[in-house]
Amino acid sequence: MRHLLSMEDLETDEILTLLTTAESMHDVQRREVKKLPTLRGRTIVNLFFEDSTRTRSSFEIAGKWLSADVINISGKGSSTSKGESLRDTVLTVAAMGVDGLVIRHHASGAARQVSQWVDASIVNAGDGMHEHPTQALLDAYTMRRALGDLAGRHVAIVGDLTHSRVLRSNLICLARLGARVTVVAPPTLMPSGIGTWAAAEGFETSYDLDAVLPSADAVMMLRVQRERMSGGFFPTPREYTVGYGLTRDRLRLLQDHTVICHPGPMNRGLEIAADAADAARSLILDQVSAGVAVRMSVLYHLLAGGSAEPAARAGAQRTGATTVHEGVS
Amino acid sequence: MTRPDIVVPPAGSDDEPGQTAPTSSSARVVMGSGDVSRALRRVAHEILERNKGAHGLVVLGIPTRGVALARRLVQVMAEVEGVTVPVGALDITMHRDDLRRQPVRAIEHTDIPAPGIDDRTVVLVDDVLFSGRTVRAALDSLADLGRPRAVRLAVLVDRGHRDLPIRADHVGKNLPTSSSERVQVLLSEHDGVDEVRISGGNR
Repeated sequence: MRHLLSMEDLETDEILTLLTTAESMHDVQRREVKKLPTLRGRTIVNLFFEDSTRTRSSFEIAGKWLSADVINISGKGSSTSKGESLRDTVLTVAAMGVDGLVIRHHASGAARQVSQWVDASIVNAGDGMHEHPTQALLDAYTMRRALGDLAGRHVAIVGDLTHSRVLRSNLICLARLGARVTVVAPPTLMPSGIGTWAAAEGFETSYDLDAVLPSADAVMMLRVQRERMSGGFFPTPREYTVGYGLTRDRLRLLQDHTVICHPGPMNRGLEIAADAADAARSLILDQVSAGVAVRMSVLYHLLAGGSAEPAARAGAQRTGATTVHEGVS
Repeated sequence: MTRPDIVVPPAGSDDEPGQTAPTSSSARVVMGSGDVSRALRRVAHEILERNKGAHGLVVLGIPTRGVALARRLVQVMAEVEGVTVPVGALDITMHRDDLRRQPVRAIEHTDIPAPGIDDRTVVLVDDVLFSGRTVRAALDSLADLGRPRAVRLAVLVDRGHRDLPIRADHVGKNLPTSSSERVQVLLSEHDGVDEVRISGGNR
C-alpha cells in the first residue's frame, strides 16, 4: 500500500488487515508508555485546507505515538491565503523531505491529484464531497467492536447525503465487509442519481426513518453540513429534526443492541438529540478513540515498510506455515 | 502429552521475503518430538530452579512459535509446582530494526497477563536464538510496558551467530550451524508435528 486515497483502492483483505493492526494500536493507547519507535525519523505533514478538529489532531497524535515528526500546516494563515496554488504549496512542502502527507482539501479528487505530483505517501483526510477513507475505516472498526462481524448486519446511514464524503467512503467499506446498508434522507438531500448508484453498489434508499430504524443494528447519523449548503434543502431546522433527527422518541424504535454513531462534529438538537448522543448505546466517543488507532494503523502500513517493496501486500506473510530463521531471528 | 499424528506438507511460505527457499528434501531433522518435549521439561525446571519457585514469574512468548512454547512451559510448571504462572504474548514487530528493509509486516497480538510486568521476573520465550535482534526488540518493547524486576531468556534452539551481546539463560538445545543454513522449528500447535530441522547450507 503506497497511498490511501479512496476506499475503492482497498480490497476486503486489506481493510481487514488495517482493522486488525488498529486493534494492536488500540492496545498501545492503554499502555504506560504510549510511544512506539516504529516511525522514528519519518516526517509527516498534515496539510489541512479545511477546518478540522478530530481528524487533524488524531492524525497528529497517531503520528507522534509512532515516533514520527509531525508538522501541521493549515490553509488559513499559510501562503495559500497569499494566493499560492495547491501544486506549489504541495511541492514546497514535499521539497523539505516529507515521507507522508495527510491532506484535506475542499476540492474532490485533490488527494489523488497531489499523489501524482510528489513522491511522498498521501493519505486522503477528506477531499470535498468525494471521500474520507479513514473515517469509514474507524466507523467500521468501532461497529465491529460493538457488533462483531458486520456481514449481514443492517446499517442505517441517515442525514445529509448529498454533501457527505463520509457516506461515500462508508458505502464502499461496508459493502466490502458484507453489511446491508439503507441510506435515509429527505428527497432534497438525496444525491442525484442515487438510484443507479444504489443498484450498482447494492444498498437501499428510504425517505422514511421510522420504517428503517426498527431493523437497524447500527444507526449512523450524518451531520447537516450547513457550510456546504446554499439554502433551500429543508424549510426549517425544526422540520428536519421532526422528519430525520434521531430524537428521544425515535430511540424507542431501536433494538436493544443497536448502536449509534456520528462522525462529528454534532449539531445537537438538529440531526441528533442529546438523549441519543449521550446514550449508553452511543459510540460517538469510541469513534474518536478508534480514530487514533485506525490512523496509526494506516500510517504504519503506508510508512513503516521499505521503499523498494516488491508489491507484497501486508499480511501476506501471515499465511506462512513455518517460521524461517534467517537474517533476523 | 498426546499429539495428533498429522503429516504436514513441507514448509512452503517464507517468513523472510526475498530469501530463496531451499528444497525441503535437503532438510535434516535434528530434534524429534520426544527431544522437543524433554528439552522443554528441562527448561521449565531450570526456570523454576533459578527463580526458586514460581513466585513472581510472568512468561511471555514472542509470536508466533514462542507463544506456543511459552504455553507449554507454563503447563509443565503447573504440573511441577501446582501453580498457574501468568502467560502471554509479546509482539515485537513495532520495535524491529529492519522495518524499512522489508515490506510492511502484519502486527501480531500482544497479550500481557493481568498482573502486568512491574516488579516481576519476565521470562521471554522464543523458538530460535540467532542474531539476537528479536530479543533486542523485545527488551525495548518490555521497557515501554513497565519495569520488570528481571528479564530472562528461554529458547528452544540456540544456533549461534549473534550480532548483538545477548545470551539465553535457558536453552533447549545448542545447535552449531553455519550461517547459510536454515533452522526451522515446527510445533504441533501450528504445524501438526514437533520437530526441528536444518536445511540449506554449503556442505
